[in-house]
Amino acid sequence: MTRTPEITNVARRSVLLGLAAGSFVLSVRLSSPAQAQEKKFGGEGMPGGIKDDPKLFLSIADDGTVTLLCIRAEMGQGIRTGFQTVIADELGADLGRVKVLQAPGNQTKFGNMDTDGSRSMRHHFMPLRRIAAATRQMLAEEAAAKWGVPVTEVKADNHGMVHGPSNRRLEFGALAKGAAARPVPPADKLVLKPVSEFRYIGKDVPLIDNMDITTGKAAFGIDARVDGMAYAVVARPPVFGGKVKSFDAAKTMKVPGVLKVITIDPPTPPVVFQPLGGVAVIAENTFAAIKGRSQLEIQWDDGPNASYDSVQYRKTLEEAASKPGQVVRNNGDVDKALAGAAKRLTAEYYVPHLAQSPMEPPSATARVTPEGCEVWVSIQNAEAIRTDLSKRFNVPIDKVTVNNLLLGGGFGRKSKPDFASEAAICSHAMGGRPVKLTFTREDDLQHSFFHTVSVERVEAGVDANGKAVAWLHRTVAPTIGALFVPGANHEMPLELAMGAVDNPFDIPNFRVENPEASAHTRVGWFRSVSNIPHAFAIQSFAAELAASLGKDPKDYLLELIGPARLIDASAMSDAWLYGEDPKRYPFDTGRLRAVVERAASEAGWGRKLPAGRGLGIAAHRSFVSYTAVVTEVAVGPKGEITIPRVDIAFDCGAVVSPDRVRSQLEGACVQGVSLAMLGEISFKNGRTVQTNFDGYELTRIDGAPTEIRTHLVNTTAFDKPLGGVGEPGVPPVAPALANAIFAASGKRIRSLPIRDQLAGKV
Amino acid sequence: MSKFTVNGKAQDFTGDPETPLLWYLRDVVGMTGTKFGCGRALCGACTVHLDGTAVRSCQVQVGDIDGQAVVTIEGLSPDGNHPVQKAWRDLNVAQCGYCQVGQIMQAASLLKDTPKPTDQQILDAMSGNLCRCGTYPRIRAAIKRASGAA
Repeated sequence: MTRTPEITNVARRSVLLGLAAGSFVLSVRLSSPAQAQEKKFGGEGMPGGIKDDPKLFLSIADDGTVTLLCIRAEMGQGIRTGFQTVIADELGADLGRVKVLQAPGNQTKFGNMDTDGSRSMRHHFMPLRRIAAATRQMLAEEAAAKWGVPVTEVKADNHGMVHGPSNRRLEFGALAKGAAARPVPPADKLVLKPVSEFRYIGKDVPLIDNMDITTGKAAFGIDARVDGMAYAVVARPPVFGGKVKSFDAAKTMKVPGVLKVITIDPPTPPVVFQPLGGVAVIAENTFAAIKGRSQLEIQWDDGPNASYDSVQYRKTLEEAASKPGQVVRNNGDVDKALAGAAKRLTAEYYVPHLAQSPMEPPSATARVTPEGCEVWVSIQNAEAIRTDLSKRFNVPIDKVTVNNLLLGGGFGRKSKPDFASEAAICSHAMGGRPVKLTFTREDDLQHSFFHTVSVERVEAGVDANGKAVAWLHRTVAPTIGALFVPGANHEMPLELAMGAVDNPFDIPNFRVENPEASAHTRVGWFRSVSNIPHAFAIQSFAAELAASLGKDPKDYLLELIGPARLIDASAMSDAWLYGEDPKRYPFDTGRLRAVVERAASEAGWGRKLPAGRGLGIAAHRSFVSYTAVVTEVAVGPKGEITIPRVDIAFDCGAVVSPDRVRSQLEGACVQGVSLAMLGEISFKNGRTVQTNFDGYELTRIDGAPTEIRTHLVNTTAFDKPLGGVGEPGVPPVAPALANAIFAASGKRIRSLPIRDQLAGKV
Repeated sequence: MSKFTVNGKAQDFTGDPETPLLWYLRDVVGMTGTKFGCGRALCGACTVHLDGTAVRSCQVQVGDIDGQAVVTIEGLSPDGNHPVQKAWRDLNVAQCGYCQVGQIMQAASLLKDTPKPTDQQILDAMSGNLCRCGTYPRIRAAIKRASGAA
């Protein structure tokens, strides 16, 4: 079977079809010098920026089939359906006749393609509309010219152009060729469709890949098949920073099907996304490669992290949290306010390392020849592969082709291209024979870019009326920055601004400190990143404060948030704001309050519950969206925890695909429950203790909330900037669950995972 | 040598008899609908039907299935319209979709043996299939829908 090359060949040809024909006159949109010097935000601020030239992305065939080249990776967030929806609606097309092909990686040509940070619809809703509107206007001009009528009298109507006064109609397919020869209208001449006329945007539509997914035809990265390919797995140093001392492959070479054994060099600092080095076994099929690897005899030099031990390291973090650290936000005089407070409360929270563990483990197929490199893969950041292979094999970046297939989940793991680099190294060693490299699950869990591990210490002082007057938060966690700067031991601004500094609580004396923490493994992005430990600590502590004061947790949370107001990022020492413009995205506490109120009312907050049941609440802004969760927990006689229901209220601003937003929230609830109840990667002697799903447990269907009710707020605010969707559902889930457990049992959870912490204590 | 059928088509296999059915299907035959998830029967992504029973193909050695019939997602229904597949589409169950082939094969097996499963029977039958995207609430609803209960 050679299905994959056919798919990717179509993808590459498509830019040459229809509207992409060479006679296009391009409109060049130059920035004025003044604009060029301004700091850029949002999509424009990303490497490669935003491209909105229809020539690059849209084609219309003679039969009317519209084809969109999608520059975002599909990893379950539904972006292919979302992009199809926006294009079809703004163009005036029939949704079912808009096909979506994945663009090959090319940041220079297509603009930024890094599918990360809950940015896809947030950054591309308006560019997609411009692309479709420009195309619609070109089709209208073509129809008007054919009919000899003013273009203002021509309207798009379900995949055709119509002239009302003369009752004439021409289909898009019949107009495509002529329209393609017309100039692209400049941005200031584009007329966007009124929101009131949206047909698909804001409505539920079927998933574009439904049929392929349910019949097994959907091609994920691991499904790539290239003629003549071999298969490889790699034995990597079990300790980060280790390397091969010596090895013997004699037994491996006797395994039927094994073709070759090669060594891969260890990374040179900074490690960034480089492969970890080790010994690769290349064979005629994956099983032979795995079997061959099991026969390798390798002596490892474990290197400087050989003693990394999660039990010890937790003590190191706790020790650091007990002392002052680098001040990263400071308002008022916290020490004075704490000294004068009527009551003080301190608590410390722990969240361990986690692995993203997408169900499709990392896998890539590569062919490396002197002429160039071609890769078939599922990757969030295709450009990272192109950059790496271009340098690694000294070929121009234009000679590195990355075909991005569907991702069987990403969650941040597939932002890193290490597995594609390994596949390419193997292909190179095989003289250009294509090689598919697969991570087994054991590889995935031992060689992830792990979610950080953290201790969060929060102290607050309240006055005689119970009003919080001082807040001191110490966040201690190894940083993702250590990948890029060896020895980096402070959280980066973007990590701090995931909930720690951008905390809107209405407290006059407010300090956030970040003591040092060294990284002893690879720390990387995990869905919603540092928001997880920060929100767990802050939202748990808010409920602890309420309990200590005898107040209702929801009322007290609203009191902490304070009145509805707009807070500028700079007032919170937030130097990141998810890359967005502070003027467009102030922290709107009114929106946070509104989701709290909505979740609470939908959940029947305050209702009487039987013994052993409780409700917990938590709210958090992340990725410029607002989320609140109310969780109902039942604690059984032996401390067993079940979750009958979760209510999640969400405000990401305007919603393109309500069903996909709901599905992301449902998934975020399950993933949040999973990390709270079970999730833990721990290290001993530098190695991960967990190696497969028996040790690294994930929530299964019988542990998931029985009912997840999603409540979308502000879904038609199309006049306002959009928020993220993929990640912001996760952070409040763990603290809402912990707060519910407290309400149900009186037991306060400060350390994740929860597992059997309640056993025998209820 | 092992002789068996995959979706009704006769197969002769002369390679390493320890080769798991999963890798035989994916790498030798080139049928990639059946997914690799863990290699240890912990996730269910590789679920196929062997003589009508749902099994984890990563744990089935090709040398052991002489004379047996394998059905994969590609052969579950000629037109992709098995009631479970339709219910999955009706409810937009999938997110990334990777585990869903295993989920669908497992659910189809459940409904064949237990056409009207209780909630507990659904949980028991499906708890071996992991979904990292967290589509479980919709999986439950889709199974009920396919069973005619909802």
